[in-house]
Amino acid sequence: MSVRGQALGDYGERIATDCLLAAGMTILDRNWRCPEGEIDIVARDGDVLVVCEVKTRRGNGFGGPLEAITPVKAQRLRRLAACWLRAHDVHPAEIRIDAIGVLRPDRGAAEVDHLRGAV
Amino acid sequence: MALARTRSVTLVGVAGHVVEVEADIGVGVPGTVLVGLPDAAVCEARDRVRAAIVNSGRDWPQRKITLGLSPASLPKRGSSFDLALAVAILAAAGVVPADRVADAVLLGELGLDGRVRGVRGVLPSVLAAVDAGHDLVIVPSPNGAEAALVPGVTVVAVAHLRHLVAFLRGEIGEDELAELAADARDVHSVQPRNPEGRELPVRTSGGTEGTTGDALGGDLADVRGQGEARYAVEVSAAGGHHLLLHGAPGTGKSMLAMRLPGLLPRLSRSDALEVTAIHSVAGTLAGDTPLMEHAPFQDPHHTATVPAVLGGGTSAVRPGAVSLAHRGVLLLDEAPEFATPVLEGLRQPMERGSIVVARAGASIRFPARFQLVLTANPCPCGLGTGGGAGCRCTPTQRRRYASRLSGPVLDRVDIRQAVVAPSRAALATDVPEGSAAVQARVTEARDRQRRRFAGTPWTCNGDIPGPLLRKEFPPDVAALALVEEQLRRGALTGRGADRSIRVAWSVADLRGVDRPTLTEMHIALGLRGASMVAA
Repeated sequence: MSVRGQALGDYGERIATDCLLAAGMTILDRNWRCPEGEIDIVARDGDVLVVCEVKTRRGNGFGGPLEAITPVKAQRLRRLAACWLRAHDVHPAEIRIDAIGVLRPDRGAAEVDHLRGAV
Repeated sequence: MALARTRSVTLVGVAGHVVEVEADIGVGVPGTVLVGLPDAAVCEARDRVRAAIVNSGRDWPQRKITLGLSPASLPKRGSSFDLALAVAILAAAGVVPADRVADAVLLGELGLDGRVRGVRGVLPSVLAAVDAGHDLVIVPSPNGAEAALVPGVTVVAVAHLRHLVAFLRGEIGEDELAELAADARDVHSVQPRNPEGRELPVRTSGGTEGTTGDALGGDLADVRGQGEARYAVEVSAAGGHHLLLHGAPGTGKSMLAMRLPGLLPRLSRSDALEVTAIHSVAGTLAGDTPLMEHAPFQDPHHTATVPAVLGGGTSAVRPGAVSLAHRGVLLLDEAPEFATPVLEGLRQPMERGSIVVARAGASIRFPARFQLVLTANPCPCGLGTGGGAGCRCTPTQRRRYASRLSGPVLDRVDIRQAVVAPSRAALATDVPEGSAAVQARVTEARDRQRRRFAGTPWTCNGDIPGPLLRKEFPPDVAALALVEEQLRRGALTGRGADRSIRVAWSVADLRGVDRPTLTEMHIALGLRGASMVAA
């Protein structure tokens, strides 16, 4: 990934973290990696464990940010959630997978679209 | 999150069924699913609808969209659901008011640019919508005239999805919408023009335009020196009798047969609607003047397949030539050359006035009450007429050729007329009367029949079943005695006697006589003829 792309991704994840915090959630982990892949954000929303995927785009030219989550990627997110649980001693009542789309146009404020229980 | 619904219509044969189109915009990763037994063309609607909405300047909802077509058990075919799907999505997204479209019936295919394209089967679809109690129908502007044939419903014709959205949002009125549709039609329609800029006549495959024969098969005045055969054609037109013309090649059989539709009276309003609905499903209507007021004419080539003549097809079942000729004329030129299954397949529609096309998915009934006209040569080489000089066919060949037409189909052909080469004198001097004069007589004869058969399901002499004919509509005593005499001598069979009486009624109707007398009966016996010269 290009440096510019990496920077955009980091920017999007910061925005997403702020968004989750503002929604009253607790951040447990960020950019957690395992052989299966990477989870952008792990958070706790009351009794619910939230695994969050962040997608950031500069524009809608290639479709909206959230459209980048294909059925294959959604499947991987579920596996990753299981991996994270095996690695940590956390026992949530429920697991939810959220998606946050961040649209950062060249000028103007970023648009954030938080989809609860996206997958 | 958000749910909206509209209506559309799916066609099974020529019968429409109103379908509820629902759009749900729910939580989930963006994507679109379409449920409710759609075929491939309906599945493609997802992509067309998306492009059309975006190119009409509206946002595509970045959510999970579920589109449902119900009743889910009914197969949905074709591209006519695009408009209803697009409007359902826009209503669910809050772009257009959901309550305004909930009971509207929408038909139309969308182009990727948002243009609304014409579809087949609009007339039966609108009829179904009215029957189901809907009073607003939105159709593509090319189908506007067709939809407007149906009374008791508000028809809105649209050319572009953008116009429709503006209309539904109340930004423009119905008048402005109609103007926009008219403008768009001028821009998009491609009229064939010749270099001088005059419009060329566009011939539709239905062959329906023109008041008398001139536009379709030519005028009867073109046929010289065939007085007897011309009269047979006239009687056949008057009574709706199936007709066989047989004779040597080049004597004018096909010419006479082609001129028969031009002699038939105009269709009544209800018949015209019925015929137009069938042609609408087949997609053979003229755009501007869709109502078919003249008897349709079909002349499939003798290589035609069973589905082409009787109806069928692999996925969508289409009406065949027998249904396209409903209330009109089906001409089988060189009839013995047709495949046996095609000829045998005519038996059911000739008996019942409709045909049932049964496929694994559905069994569909198409109306098929046509007047059959057959032409045939006397033998395969065509020269075996009269003395048969020059004919090289063996007796076996001739018998086989003739036998292809005999049997149940020929049994229902009331008039069998031999067409012989006219004399040179007749060709030079005969001044035959034109189609218009004959049509006037035929129309009068048909009116007499309609009055006589009022309250029965029949409309013309050719339809009356034998037993009823003898009981309710016998000829006068002298004529009946003549038939009895012929029966006793073995010159007539029972079925042949029925045929003669039917034809005698048509002769009487043409002559303005109240009941067939001896004269009409003699004429009818002459028209009945032998089955074929060679047989």
